[in-house]
Amino acid sequence: MKNKILLFLVIIIFGIIFYIFYKGLEDSKIYTPNVNTKKEIPAFNTKEFFSGESTKSSNIFELDKIYLLNIWSSWCVPCRLEHSFLMKLNSENKVSIIGMNYKDNINNAENFLKELGNPYKEIFIDLDGTIAIEWGAYGVPESFLIYNNEIIKKYIGPLNQELVDEINLFIK
Amino acid sequence: MKFLRFFLIVILFFSLNNINAEENDKRNKITKNLRCLICQGQSVYDSDSEFANSLKIVVDKKLEAGLSEDQIYEYFKTKYGEWILYDPVLNKNTYILWLLPILIFLIGGAIIYKSFIVKK
Repeated sequence: MKNKILLFLVIIIFGIIFYIFYKGLEDSKIYTPNVNTKKEIPAFNTKEFFSGESTKSSNIFELDKIYLLNIWSSWCVPCRLEHSFLMKLNSENKVSIIGMNYKDNINNAENFLKELGNPYKEIFIDLDGTIAIEWGAYGVPESFLIYNNEIIKKYIGPLNQELVDEINLFIK
Repeated sequence: MKFLRFFLIVILFFSLNNINAEENDKRNKITKNLRCLICQGQSVYDSDSEFANSLKIVVDKKLEAGLSEDQIYEYFKTKYGEWILYDPVLNKNTYILWLLPILIFLIGGAIIYKSFIVKK
């Protein structure tokens, strides 16, 4: 009788362990950020891209306006892909697009804009990548939809037509 | 007198060196416990990716600003969530992880106690 209870216990314990590990297999091992949480935008000091003058985040983002913050770099290949969508969004004039130039060489970045056009209302520089961390970003490109100094939505990776349609829905 | 001055300078020099080393130790300890989010299975300390290098700068800045280790972890947790820490905190998602070894140890202990010690 005792042996049976013991065997039963052992089987149950192994069952539980098996279940936990099995469940663990299904979990993604890749970082998947939470894209829908509303968060205050961080405060930071930076430099303006074209003039090189120091500026603050509060000078860039005003209340009661919708912004799309786009983190980009001239060395980032997917940024080239999404650039036409940013140009299109800008031409519709419903949202102010702000650029964050991430760990870039200024000359290369200027050439990039000359070649593909400049959809940004304002661009600021993040030379060492620390401002991007303040935003909770971990790579380029990344975009943040902002309203009333709050991040409404985060887009990881390049924008495409589907996402542009989604942004247009938000703006309405 | 000259010798004393020289001696003091040498002591000062070595003690400064020591402070620097301590700071580095702390920085290394913290970055070893931060997961590099874009490189699988590597800590920020091990990685040389753009993201990890920026993170190291942020850790340095926070240490300079006088934040404690826990405060720095808390800061990164608000930015990236729990996943960025290698050391999981005890909460409702991780309590099995923390309690299972203790549970197994207790049950195993009970079995050994019953079958060997009580039998005697």
